[in-house]
Amino acid sequence: MTTLSVHVWRGAAATDGGFAVYDVPRLPAQTVLDVVTHIQRHLDPTLAYRFACRVGMCGSCAMTVNGRARWTCRTHVEAVAADGRLEIAPLANLPVIRDLVTDMREFFDKWARAKGQFAPTATRRDEFATIEPASKERLAVDAAIECIGCGVCYASCDVVGWNRAYLGPAALNRAWTLVNDARDGANGMRLGAVAGDAGCHACHTHQSCTDRCPKALSPTASIAGLKRRTALAALSGELA
Amino acid sequence: MTAARTQSLLWLAQRGSAAVLALCVVVHLATMIFAVRGGLTAAEILARTRGSAAWTLFYGVFVAAVAVHAPIGVRTVVAEMRGRHGRGIDVAMLAFALLLLVLGWRAVAAVTLGGA
Repeated sequence: MTTLSVHVWRGAAATDGGFAVYDVPRLPAQTVLDVVTHIQRHLDPTLAYRFACRVGMCGSCAMTVNGRARWTCRTHVEAVAADGRLEIAPLANLPVIRDLVTDMREFFDKWARAKGQFAPTATRRDEFATIEPASKERLAVDAAIECIGCGVCYASCDVVGWNRAYLGPAALNRAWTLVNDARDGANGMRLGAVAGDAGCHACHTHQSCTDRCPKALSPTASIAGLKRRTALAALSGELA
Repeated sequence: MTAARTQSLLWLAQRGSAAVLALCVVVHLATMIFAVRGGLTAAEILARTRGSAAWTLFYGVFVAAVAVHAPIGVRTVVAEMRGRHGRGIDVAMLAFALLLLVLGWRAVAAVTLGGA
């Protein structure tokens, strides 16, 4: 049986720790999450990591695998460790709680700051809103709505790395879906929240988020949409 | 005006000026290549540009687009290097825009005024 040489980040913070090396049996159809689980169950039970669904639905197992943010549950070892070596670290751009577990509060707080909450304009006693499936707005929502908040885009974004106030690709992508939601009534506040130095105008269009998104979404396109929409709002006076 | 509105309008101004510049740069380069390949001397070029309302308008617009576009981009670069925007950067960029405008239009005037 061949073995994998697995370098795993151990420590209480991103700068306070180091890589520990484990030898893990190489198995057919093995995922990176299988490898991490093997280490915790058989080699070192003190290893901290986070996962839930194991099938790419929950977004909680994202880590940095050989320098690139990925879902570990949907990443086969054979796709990333052709030479038999794996390096697994916590997601970048987020505080490390311990080992491979990051503190996601900052990431989700920014969703709230980008006014990522749906603000209804109708009650349960009103008629259902009629949304034309082929309308421009509905298609824009469709293209961006499948985000599950895994943080891969946030960890891959250069701008987040140098501008800690930047809301990041996921929060802006979420805001873009609501900007295009005819049922939502908070766009005045939302457009103000997503414009400016911490918002869509800070994006450099490097497209790392789009390149790395495991759901093949394009936060870059959503951010470009927000730039256009905020410009129109500034001209019309909607954005004071 | 809020920072959000300012940024949104500056983005629009930079995009708009970029569209103008894309056209102007192509026309400018094509004209230069045509003039050089045709073997025109400086005197012959000046004879064509001096007194020409079309060339005055074209390069006048070109300079105006540069004066809008460049300071907005530099403003962002400086703000990112300092970690924040501030009134000082805005004043400096306004001065930079005026400098580009004055120097650019002065150069335009030098090749378009006078002559025929």
